[in-house]
Amino acid sequence: MTRRAGLFVLALTALALSSPLFAPYESGRAFRDYLHAPPMRPHLSGLGPPVAHPLVLADRLEQRYEPDPVRTVPLPWFAAAEDDPVFLLGSDSFGRDVLSRLLYGARTSISLALVATLGAVLIGALAGAWAGYRGGWIDESVMRVADFVLVLPVIYVVVVLRAVLPLVLPASTVFLLVSWIFVGVGWPFVAKGVRAIVAAERDREYVLAARSLGAGPARIVIHHLIPACAGYLVVQATLLLPAFILAEATLSYVGLGFPDPVASWGTMLAETANIGSVARFPWTLAPAGAIFVVVLCTNLLTSERSSKMTID
Amino acid sequence: MGRYLLRRLGFALLLVFIVSSASLLLTHLAPGDITTETAIVLDPEARARLRAELGLDRPLLVQYASWLGGLARLDFGRSLLYSRPVSSLLGERALNTAVLATAALLLATLVGVPLGIYSGSRARGIGPAVVRIVSVVGLSVPPLIGSLALVFFAARTGWLPVGGMTSAGGVELAWGQWLADLGRHLPIPVMALALPLAASLERLQSQAIASAQREPFVAASRARGLGRVAALLRHAWPVSLRPVLGLYGVMIGSLFSGSFVVEVVTSWPGLGRLMYEALRARDLYLVAGCAASGAFFLAAGTWIADILLAIADPRVRTGQRS
Repeated sequence: MTRRAGLFVLALTALALSSPLFAPYESGRAFRDYLHAPPMRPHLSGLGPPVAHPLVLADRLEQRYEPDPVRTVPLPWFAAAEDDPVFLLGSDSFGRDVLSRLLYGARTSISLALVATLGAVLIGALAGAWAGYRGGWIDESVMRVADFVLVLPVIYVVVVLRAVLPLVLPASTVFLLVSWIFVGVGWPFVAKGVRAIVAAERDREYVLAARSLGAGPARIVIHHLIPACAGYLVVQATLLLPAFILAEATLSYVGLGFPDPVASWGTMLAETANIGSVARFPWTLAPAGAIFVVVLCTNLLTSERSSKMTID
Repeated sequence: MGRYLLRRLGFALLLVFIVSSASLLLTHLAPGDITTETAIVLDPEARARLRAELGLDRPLLVQYASWLGGLARLDFGRSLLYSRPVSSLLGERALNTAVLATAALLLATLVGVPLGIYSGSRARGIGPAVVRIVSVVGLSVPPLIGSLALVFFAARTGWLPVGGMTSAGGVELAWGQWLADLGRHLPIPVMALALPLAASLERLQSQAIASAQREPFVAASRARGLGRVAALLRHAWPVSLRPVLGLYGVMIGSLFSGSFVVEVVTSWPGLGRLMYEALRARDLYLVAGCAASGAFFLAAGTWIADILLAIADPRVRTGQRS
């Protein structure tokens, strides 16, 4: 289970870093003549590359399109046909390709969640191990703070902390600030368990042996006790990742996340806030499907434990 | 038991105090204030006058002290955004959130716990397998995704109204009609909120009852001639309750987070939306008031969960750690 979870995290990292390479168009590329274009169905024609029928505007007011049955254009991966874009997942209200934005958004959303998870696991492990190893009032106070943060509803804390910071910021600053906020709410989930494991392990023979060989507390904690929690840390990371992806989506949905031209799953979902347009253009809900798949994967990985440790 | 509950009560009061103070101070430290966020065209002189009128030009500690003084008399100050006393605003919005959260919790319990008992008490069969699969899928539909999907579904089919708590002009309806209208607006937000909770209740109850069933006293009760269902409900279930009740304490937080999301997506006029508006407008006292009442509900919820846990498990009562 630990190994599978580790592989899953690695796969997500690879996906996050590489997904924009597969995007047919730039994330901000807007095709002004194709607002809210529906998804187009690719066909195989003979031995050539797959093709699709280009869209023709049937009604500008209703934003209704019809495929042109006579002409075909190759899919954008095979040949660049600049005049007739192919939208495999439709286009959004600015005429941007939803599939491209979904892939660019995967990079933004997943890498934010990965950075935040890494930070939360690191800080949580250090704080928990320190508390568990030292015991006494340090243990007491670190765990009190952790308990306090754990009681608070994650989304509220995240929204409040983000809202009291300056609202209009460049994307890179948002990335940094939001990942720090996520680390702030995420570390106690890790620290609690690490503390329990370390408190139980610190009197074992191998720790005594290390101490009698002259190892200092920092060396014992980092080299001997934290490795003992490795399995637990991987499981916690797989639980935190989807929670952070979701938190980003929520933040961006309410308009506190990334500024507009940046594609993230949350900023894409923010477009669906208009109920009337969702009913007519359901393909704009694609990022919701992507989030569902990621969360489902983590739940399948951790299904025996997840009911005890859901966060958010 | 009395001492245990008193200690938890102390924690609850501390929670309300810290959360509301922290949100007041954070909002104060945030760039901009109500005069810059809501009235952009004011010239500097008029802005300064307005700030003096609202008492925003006083030093932070003076404002905080006067707010604390009001809090002691249960006076939350005036909302600058709505020009109404914060307490009257909070009253109606908190009630709306409470309706939503209670309905979701009730639905999740009524669906999740019986299904968990069913799927956990049988090792084999198609029924339990289906329940398990549905639950894992349900766990993967967080309130944000669930409410978006349900809103889309409702808008597409037109079966249920979307957005808000009542139809436009719902205030003028007669009592019975108003209730029926509310009943039609309730299902979508409640289902979105309840689905992941029901799924996690089902999973936990299922595991808990499966392990309780293996206890020797259940076998003993069967040996005395008790039927399978009677042994399950009278002997195995009470023992399996402890982890399930423990989950309720954790779920209160998820319920809050979820209700914020659901309120925003379905325009349910609850505390979450109010707090969000207040934050965006830098409405100091309204933010602090929302945080205080939110923390109050949170503390009350965890306190009730603690009481239930203490009733179900004697070890908690005597302060013994398992």
